[in-house]
Amino acid sequence: MSAHEDNHAHDDHGHHHKETFITKYIFSIDHKMIAKQYLITGTIMGIIGIMMSIMFRMQIAWPEEPNVLFEALLGKWAPDGVMDADIYLALVTIHGTIMVFFVLTAGLSGTFSNLLIPLQIGARDMASGFLNMVSYWLFFLSSVIMVLSLFVEAGPAAAGWTIYPPLSALPMAQGGSGAGMTLWLVSMAIFIASSLLGSLNYVVTVLNLRTKGMSMTRLPLTIWAFFITAVIGIISFPVLLSAALLLIMDRSFGTSFFLSDIFIQGEVLHYQGGSPVLFEHLFWFLGHPEVYIVLLPALGITSEIIATNSRKPIFGYRAMIASILAIAFLSTIVWGHHMFVSGMNPFLGSVFTFTTLLIAIPSAVKAFNYITTLWKGNLQMNPAMLFSIGLVSTFITGGLTGIILGDSALDINVHDTYFVVAHFHLVMGISALYGMFAGIYHWYPKMFGRMLNKNLGYLHFWVTAVCAYGVFFPMHFIGMAGLPRRYYTNSNFPLFDDLADVNVVITIFAIVGGAFQLVFLYNFFSSIFFGKKAEQNPWKSNTLEWTTPVEHVHGNWPGAIPEVHRWAYDYSKPGHDVDFVPQHIPLKEGEEELQH
Amino acid sequence: MTALLTIVILVFILIAIWQMVKIFDLAQAKNENSQIATDKDNTLNGYLMMGFLAFIYIITLVCVVKWGDLPLLSNSASEHGPTIDNLMAISLAIIFLVQIITQFLLHYFAFKYKGEKGRTALFFADNNKLEAIWTIIPVIVLAGLIIYGLNTWINIMGVDESDDPIVVELYAQQFNWKARYAGADNTLGKANVRLIDIDRANILGLDEADPNAQDDIITTELHLPVGKPVLFKMRSQDVLHSAYMPHFRAQMNCVPGMITQFGFTPTVTTEEMRQTPEMIEKVQHINDIRVEKSEALIAKGEDALERYEFDYLLLCNKICGKSHYNMQMKIVVETQEEYDAWIKEQKEFKNSLIN
Repeated sequence: MSAHEDNHAHDDHGHHHKETFITKYIFSIDHKMIAKQYLITGTIMGIIGIMMSIMFRMQIAWPEEPNVLFEALLGKWAPDGVMDADIYLALVTIHGTIMVFFVLTAGLSGTFSNLLIPLQIGARDMASGFLNMVSYWLFFLSSVIMVLSLFVEAGPAAAGWTIYPPLSALPMAQGGSGAGMTLWLVSMAIFIASSLLGSLNYVVTVLNLRTKGMSMTRLPLTIWAFFITAVIGIISFPVLLSAALLLIMDRSFGTSFFLSDIFIQGEVLHYQGGSPVLFEHLFWFLGHPEVYIVLLPALGITSEIIATNSRKPIFGYRAMIASILAIAFLSTIVWGHHMFVSGMNPFLGSVFTFTTLLIAIPSAVKAFNYITTLWKGNLQMNPAMLFSIGLVSTFITGGLTGIILGDSALDINVHDTYFVVAHFHLVMGISALYGMFAGIYHWYPKMFGRMLNKNLGYLHFWVTAVCAYGVFFPMHFIGMAGLPRRYYTNSNFPLFDDLADVNVVITIFAIVGGAFQLVFLYNFFSSIFFGKKAEQNPWKSNTLEWTTPVEHVHGNWPGAIPEVHRWAYDYSKPGHDVDFVPQHIPLKEGEEELQH
Repeated sequence: MTALLTIVILVFILIAIWQMVKIFDLAQAKNENSQIATDKDNTLNGYLMMGFLAFIYIITLVCVVKWGDLPLLSNSASEHGPTIDNLMAISLAIIFLVQIITQFLLHYFAFKYKGEKGRTALFFADNNKLEAIWTIIPVIVLAGLIIYGLNTWINIMGVDESDDPIVVELYAQQFNWKARYAGADNTLGKANVRLIDIDRANILGLDEADPNAQDDIITTELHLPVGKPVLFKMRSQDVLHSAYMPHFRAQMNCVPGMITQFGFTPTVTTEEMRQTPEMIEKVQHINDIRVEKSEALIAKGEDALERYEFDYLLLCNKICGKSHYNMQMKIVVETQEEYDAWIKEQKEFKNSLIN
């Protein structure tokens, strides 16, 4: 019980002597268990999201062809196995929603912020274990509601993940804008509550519960990334909540925040004076920072994994922190680049072009710092390392096209085409997914006390890497050819007939890539039970989480919390016998702490 | 059938993988089974990194060669089009250059410095000079791009009323487009969806009392005289739509409750565009594909596809509901005489009403 007698901020759960199944596995307040709950819920949502993408990719490649898969999974939405146009839009919408929010926000941040913040800063648990539990269960509830919305009679939400009104506000405009959209909005409102509780907890924990010696400039970059991510979340998510609430008011209580002058199905509606552009502003005030909420944790994870596996300090630690801060700041003043052709004043377009292109600077710094970290390293090609290198690769490829989309003059012609789809999937979708995979491969031993099979990991990475490029690289070209996104089929435009073969290629890569995620799932779930037992510090890492015992204990360290004497990146430091010096090892006599 | 085959193939692939991995594992069991990368793993994956670099280059090349002519990088049909295309070409050149160099460094370092037992990594944590270099270079490049981009943007979006543009309203509804010409006075009559009177065929909600509205002309095809500036005023009656005219490098959303605008000058008539060598080649290619598809359709007892002839198009490019994918309008760019003749044939609003 020494763990609980330790003089610490929240000893009040020292009275959890006996853990029942329910308090240990279900209503747990232990951050490590909550992290696993997030991960498994996120994984299940990820399976749903990826399945959906494969289905609508099949429709794009082989439009209106009967398909047994559709018949089996879509039921009445695929009469004779031919996908219906409404459900196509619904699949696109829910795929986007699930992947952005449920997988890459909650699944990624929720898992790794929860797991790593207390472990890496040297804390017994989160500042509030109870709020943490509430946060997870709200996330779970919102996931359940989102999944339930798929079974609504008139169809799930189908207005695109950006749910622009009036399409999303008027049930007569689209079947999915009825009960499906109501459930979508309710689910998102609960999701936002969950995210805010989580973020507040992360911020408070990082600021208050660092162990002795863990100054802000000794924090691992993972923690910096999670910390700043949480701050951006707290700033921007409430704005989406307000947008959702106002939309609910418009839909159900007759207000006109976003609606005006509408004539639909032979009648004039009463709405007067609102503007859909207002909704776009509110949505993207979250929507753009959301990209970084998704991406920064992945970059943080990558920083840690690349340094550890290169057996080298991360290059430019302070520059990395500065670039995270710069990205975070800029991310809140660039949302208008989603709205260059929305009817917004063109002068605003100029301002947003300027701020948007500035983001390329801290991003470039990050990319070059990663590359320099590899230089003259001693790279240990563990699966986590491969995914981290893959992340840097897709981050560059996807990020570069951002300078086209962020340029308002160029955006005129590629706005809402497949060029955009290719861009954001590479830069935030695939990159963040790689970050998540890297994190899972790296910290699996910490989570489950067992190792993942590395050969399956290699296979998973290489096939995924090839398929990700195979899917999204050609997509830029059909976008530049002017093919709009969210078209159920392109067969009504002979102009695009010569793009059909590209779409088949893309879909085949998507199917293979999607199928190979089964390798990962198999590895993940079987290793929980049959994986090789992990040693305490398998990757020879410096950070504090590897000083905790393999078997989880409530309170993380059975004895006193280790004190920190150095930064997290003393790899291959001259003057030491081994190529890593964990943070809790005191400086040798005469050893200088690096003024990084 | 395709799907079934795909699924069967996938299952086989999965079984093959599973077998392969089993073999891998069995072969390794003798040595060690630590699930941490060994030197052998490092070497193998180091080489694969180089292989992957080659893959990235190859896929880039294949895409550029095979599909690089698809992008609307050339034969724009509006006055401002070439400036956008120029900027696009410059941006793409920069992107490809940076992409090729950085991907090379990333993957080559991953290969070159693959781990070996006994080697020590260089303890290299910081270098202000290097960091300054890769902060300043992007700053300079981006400053150039920003200045060029903003210049282009302001030129395109600034509407010069002194050019005396033809005013045309683009009117969007689920799921079709209408165009409204301002008529002889070149002033659009007032309109609001509340004034729509289907029974009297006042489908766009024009104010019947407004003198400016009397000579307005509503059409389902968009005709534009070549070389004459046109100013579009966009309106939507139900949900968001986006008027996307890719050949003219033009796009603007249509927003219920407000009027948005976009102006450009078409420079190439439809007929001229059809005669350009690139377009002849593209149309030929598309027709070859259509003939091939038609054969399959005829075999199934369905009708063959029509022969494709090039036309400019207005597409909806903002998700607007079920038939979003089929919301289009033909655009015809023609000589002033042809245009005048066409517009004379159209009915003026006051004559189109049913009383």
